[in-house]
Amino acid sequence: MRPGVRVGTDVTAIPDVLASMTRFGDRYLDRVFTPHERASCAGPPAVAAAGLAARFAAKEAAVKVLEPAPDDARPPWRSIEVRRRPSGACHLELSGEAARLASRAGINELALSMSHEGSVAIAVVVALPDAPISDD
Amino acid sequence: MDDRIRDVLSEHARLAIDVADLGDDVDLYQAGMTSHASVNVMLALEDAFDIEFPEHRLGKRRLEWVTAIRTALTELNKGSG
Repeated sequence: MRPGVRVGTDVTAIPDVLASMTRFGDRYLDRVFTPHERASCAGPPAVAAAGLAARFAAKEAAVKVLEPAPDDARPPWRSIEVRRRPSGACHLELSGEAARLASRAGINELALSMSHEGSVAIAVVVALPDAPISDD
Repeated sequence: MDDRIRDVLSEHARLAIDVADLGDDVDLYQAGMTSHASVNVMLALEDAFDIEFPEHRLGKRRLEWVTAIRTALTELNKGSG
C-alpha cells in the first residue's frame, strides 16, 4: 500500500490549562509535560499556560497522527515532547510508546506548527511518509 | 464508589449533559469530555481514591465510560492491597 501523509490537529483552551495548574500544581505539570517543555514555558502562570496549552494541543495532534488502536495503551503525554531549538522553532521528539506507534506506522518524521491567540492554542502535526509518493 | 466517581465527573469532566443523567455505558468523550479534561478527571480520581494511574496502562478506554473507570479503580485497589 502506498504510504500517505497523515495530518492531526487539536485545540486547547488556555484558561483550562491555567485552571489545572492552579488546582493540581506540579502533579499536573509533571504528569503531562517534560522538564524541557516546562523550562521552555517559564514565566508568570498566565504566560506559561499559553505555551503549555499549545504543547498539549501538539501532543494530542500527534496522537491523532499516530492512530493508536482502541485497545493500545495511550502514549504517555511525556513520550511526545515539543523540543524548542535556539532559533525558537519547535519540533517533536517521540520516545517509548509514541515512538513504537510511529515505527509501526512507518513514520520517520513529524512536522509541527503551533500558535495561540486569545484564549485558544492550536497545533497541527503532519507525518511525512517513509517513501516519496509517486504518480504510479 | 459510583457516587464519588460521578462527583469527580461532575466537577472535572465538563460534560455537555448532567452527570445525574449519565448512563454507565455512555461514552464520556462523546458526551463532551475533552482530552485535557480527562487529565483533570484522572488526577481528581487519584485524589478521591488515593490511587495512581500507571501511565503505561492508561489507554483511552480506561476513562471512556463510568463502568471502565469503576473497573480500573477496582483493579488498582486490588494491586495496592
